[in-house]
Amino acid sequence: MTTAFIFNVVLVALLLVVATWIIASRDAFSAVVAFVAYGLLLAIVWVELSAIDIALTEAAIGSGVTGMLLLGAAGRLRDAEATAVSTGLPLRLAAAVLCALIAAGLAAIVLSPPSAVFSLAPDAMAHLWESGLGNPVAGVLFVYRAFDTLLEKIVLVLALVGVWSLAPDRFWGGIPGLYVYQQPNSVLTLLSQLLPPLGIVVGIYMFWTGANNPGGAFQGGTILAAMWILVMIAGLESVPSTNRRALRLLVVVGPATFLAIGLVGFAVAGGFLAYPAGYAKPLIIVAEAALTLSIGVTLGLLAAGPPERMQQQ
Amino acid sequence: MMNVVTLFGLCGPVLVGLGLFGLITNPQPLRKILAFNLLGSGTFLLFGVIARRGAAAGLGGDPVPQALVITGIVVAFAATAMAIALLLRLFQETGQATLDPGDANDTSAATDAS
Repeated sequence: MTTAFIFNVVLVALLLVVATWIIASRDAFSAVVAFVAYGLLLAIVWVELSAIDIALTEAAIGSGVTGMLLLGAAGRLRDAEATAVSTGLPLRLAAAVLCALIAAGLAAIVLSPPSAVFSLAPDAMAHLWESGLGNPVAGVLFVYRAFDTLLEKIVLVLALVGVWSLAPDRFWGGIPGLYVYQQPNSVLTLLSQLLPPLGIVVGIYMFWTGANNPGGAFQGGTILAAMWILVMIAGLESVPSTNRRALRLLVVVGPATFLAIGLVGFAVAGGFLAYPAGYAKPLIIVAEAALTLSIGVTLGLLAAGPPERMQQQ
Repeated sequence: MMNVVTLFGLCGPVLVGLGLFGLITNPQPLRKILAFNLLGSGTFLLFGVIARRGAAAGLGGDPVPQALVITGIVVAFAATAMAIALLLRLFQETGQATLDPGDANDTSAATDAS
C-alpha cells in the first residue's frame, strides 16, 4: 500500500461522508455548506483522475457558483423549512432498496473488466496539431465537438432568460435582488478591494492558457464572474438594471461571435463550425475571448437572480 | 489489489445511489435540487473513470468523455440556476416552499397584479 493509495482511500471516505451529510442533514443550510465542501473534494478527485480541466470547472461552477446560488436560496427559505412533511418509512425503505440496486448494478459494470479498452485519445491527438491547440480537451470542445460547446453557451443564455422571466411583470427589466447579501462589512469591503485586480488577471490568464494548458473560456469567465459578484455583494458597485442594452449585448456577444464564426465556416471551410486551414487557432481565440466575457456577465447575472425592484427614476 | 481508478469508479455508483435516494425521499425542493446535483456528479465521476481507463497517446485520459463532463457540469449548473429561481418564485407567490399540492390550495389564487 503506497501513501498515494491511502491518501485516495481517505479522500473517497471523506467524499462519501460529506455526500451522506448533504442528504441526511436536517438543516438545509448545513447541507448546502457540505455541498460546497463536497465540490472541492470532488475537484481533488478529478485531479487524481488526470482531468485538470474538469477539476477547475467543478471547483469554479459545481462548488463555487452553484454553492453561492444554493446558499442564497437556503437563506431565504429558512422559514419555509418546517412546513415540509417528511416521507413515510415504507417509501423510504423502498427507495433505499431501489437506490442500492441501481448503485450495485453500476458498481458491477465498473468492476467487470472491459473486453477491449476503447479510447478516442489517439484519434483526438492525431489531428490536434491542425487546430494549433495544445490542450486536447480544448480541441474536443472547440474543434471536434464545437456544436456541443455552442449549444452549451446558448443553454446558459436561455437559463438567464428563464430566470429573468420569473420576475413579476412590474419588475421586468428592473434590478436583480442581490440585496440579501448587502450588509456593510469591513472584511467584505477589504476583500472586494484586494481580490478583483488579482482575480481579473487570473481569469484572463485562465482563458489565454486554455488553448495549450488546462483552463479555458469557462473557467476564466467564472473567475471574472466571481470578482464581479464580490464587488456587487460588497456594495462597491451597484447591481445593474437588466434592461441596459450594453449588459444584454455582453450576454450575447460570446455565443453570437461563436455562431458567426461557425456560419463563416460554410463559406470558407465547407461546413458549419469548420475552420479554414491555418486560421483555426486565431478564430478559436477570438471566439473564446468573446465567450469569456459573456460567461462572466451571464454567470454574474444568474447569481444575482431575477429582477426584484425597479430602477429609481 | 484494487487500483485507484476502480476505487473512484466505485465511488460514482454510491454517489448516484445516495443522490437518487435523496431525490425520492427528501420532501424539500431545495434538498431535491442538492440531491439531483449529487446524482449528476456521480454520473460525471463514472464518465471520468471511463476517460481515465481510456488513457492513451501520452494523455492521462480520453479527452472526449472529459470534454463531455465539462459540458455536463455547465448544463447542470444552468438547470440548477433555473430550478432555484423557480423555487424562490414559488416561495414568493405562496409563502411556502413545498411541492405538495394539498398545502397550496388556499394561496393558489395569488397572482401577480402588475
